Amino acid sequence: MDWDKLVQLIVNGLTLGGVYALVALGFSMVYGILKLLNLAHGDVVMVGAFIGWGVLGWLGGAQDPAVAVWLLITLMVLAAMVGCGFIGVAIERFAYRPLRRAPRIAPLISALGVSFFIQNSVLLLFGANFRSYESFDLVDVGIGISWGPLNVWILRVVVFVSALAMMLGLWLLVTRTKLGKAMRATAFDREAAAMMGIDVDRVIVRTFFIGSALAGAAGVLIGLVFGSINHFMGFGYGLKGFTAAVVGGIGSIPGAMLGGLLIGLAEALSVGYIEDVTGRIADLTGGRFPRLGSQFSDLVVFLILIGFMLLRPQGILGKREVKKV
Amino acid sequence: MSANGQPAPLLRLEGINTYYGQMHILQDVNLEVREGELVCLLGGNASGKSTTLKTILGIVEPRTGAVILDGRDVTRDSTAKRIERGLAIVPENRRLFGPMTVLENLELGAYLRPRADLQEDLERVYSIFPLLYERRKQLAGTLSGGEQQMVAMGRALMARPKLLLMDEPSMGLAPVLVERSFEVIQEVHRAGVAMLVVEQNANVSLSIADRGYVLSTGRVVLEGKASELLTHDELRKAYLGR
Ligand SMILES: Nc1ncnc2c1ncn2[C@@H]1O[C@H](COP(=O)(O)OP(=O)(O)OP(=O)(O)O)[C@@H](O)[C@H]1O
Ligand SMILES: [Mg+2]
Repeated sequence: MDWDKLVQLIVNGLTLGGVYALVALGFSMVYGILKLLNLAHGDVVMVGAFIGWGVLGWLGGAQDPAVAVWLLITLMVLAAMVGCGFIGVAIERFAYRPLRRAPRIAPLISALGVSFFIQNSVLLLFGANFRSYESFDLVDVGIGISWGPLNVWILRVVVFVSALAMMLGLWLLVTRTKLGKAMRATAFDREAAAMMGIDVDRVIVRTFFIGSALAGAAGVLIGLVFGSINHFMGFGYGLKGFTAAVVGGIGSIPGAMLGGLLIGLAEALSVGYIEDVTGRIADLTGGRFPRLGSQFSDLVVFLILIGFMLLRPQGILGKREVKKV
Repeated sequence: MSANGQPAPLLRLEGINTYYGQMHILQDVNLEVREGELVCLLGGNASGKSTTLKTILGIVEPRTGAVILDGRDVTRDSTAKRIERGLAIVPENRRLFGPMTVLENLELGAYLRPRADLQEDLERVYSIFPLLYERRKQLAGTLSGGEQQMVAMGRALMARPKLLLMDEPSMGLAPVLVERSFEVIQEVHRAGVAMLVVEQNANVSLSIADRGYVLSTGRVVLEGKASELLTHDELRKAYLGR
């Protein structure tokens, strides 16, 4: 067994998982409060990646940044969070709120429309080219944390740690603050929350802001460690975030965090081992099953999704939906 | 006190008509609760009792008519504004926040109160319901029905209301707990809080109330002093079953 490879894959999986968890959180929060699948959420991630790219270019680019690298990255993340937060608020206001009393299919279709609208707007503004953060110029790949034979690029560590920090911050917000309590109350029973004097509309707006800001941060983190960005990337990351939210238990915040990490790990391990495993199966069965390359890792991820849908639709930490009488 | 020596009305509904879509539910409802008064609102199922309370609180808006709270027309005001003027509700079926703790439920009752008063308000509620202090860390959804009722009342009292609306506070309780909940209602009433109580149990509620109204298909069909309603022939036939 190649332990170095395994550890390296786990490190990759955790980085990826941290990002998926951030995306899943937005999905789950919005679902929890509106029972709405925000299909445009992945596209908010994409816009975040572009905002980060814009800030990077504006501050001199990766080769010749005008400010210290840590400050540059912080500014990229913050700008994407604020920008995407407001985009989320706008989406809620114009695409979902007018349909709040409509049958549930209506906001779903509206969400699809928003998704196409955002994708095509970015296409129009920036074209179809892939863009790169050129992170290897930004932070030398040799700089990292070494531990025995293991060497982890510092940027990966930064990405994972900032994802964790944001999750911790959200957790504190939801459990400790007045807004967090109002969010949970509204998600559980909107009318009862209104009866306490909670301004339910305002709580919903803030939920969209926070969820979308996390998506924006995720977009920048993706740009920093997972290569190029383009107007179509939101679909894939949105789907992974959705998968993570469902696996963890949609509507559950710790569930989204756990689901994100699990899906990230599953994907990374599939990338690393799918060739070996399917190759061995093909050998044993005389070629009855196909040999799959690492590009098929998504197959594993979505098999997990289907498995959960069939066997435990409420996810790991979710509760079976109890109809309120 | 108003000029004629009667306590000033804390709440007045004037010609309220409330609709759900095309359905005309409340029809020209006039109702009054004076300061410190305990008024009960009686009526059969679907007669519009809960809708009346929701209209007062601003959860539903009347199509015509006015809600006057403490001398001000609040018909177009938000629920939050009304609560700030001294309203609170124990809703039908309690509507606790099940996945949250007892303490969090109580804190939500004080959502619009200044944070500085929170501790004092909590202590006041714990002194009425000492059990809630013991259970403060338990999830509300895991409490027994009787305990949940205490949380619902405690949560409403956290708002320090001048007028407390209660929608069938004794529903689903064992007889001994029904008695206890009426005791609490009287206790709170004696502390000076005016109350508008919806009850199926006309007999008991009229026995503790000052006045009563009877709704039937969205109209006020009877109103008067509780003692008079208790002996009213029609009411007895319809609700008291004797
Ligand atoms: N949200 C709503 N949408 C449509 N119709 C409603 C709604 N809420 C109540 N109704 C209808 O309005 C009428 C009055 O309901 P309401 O809840 O006020 O009755 P109630 O007197 O409180 O009855 P109960 O004693 O059974 O609680 C009923 O016919 C009910 O079906
Ligand atoms: Mg009712």
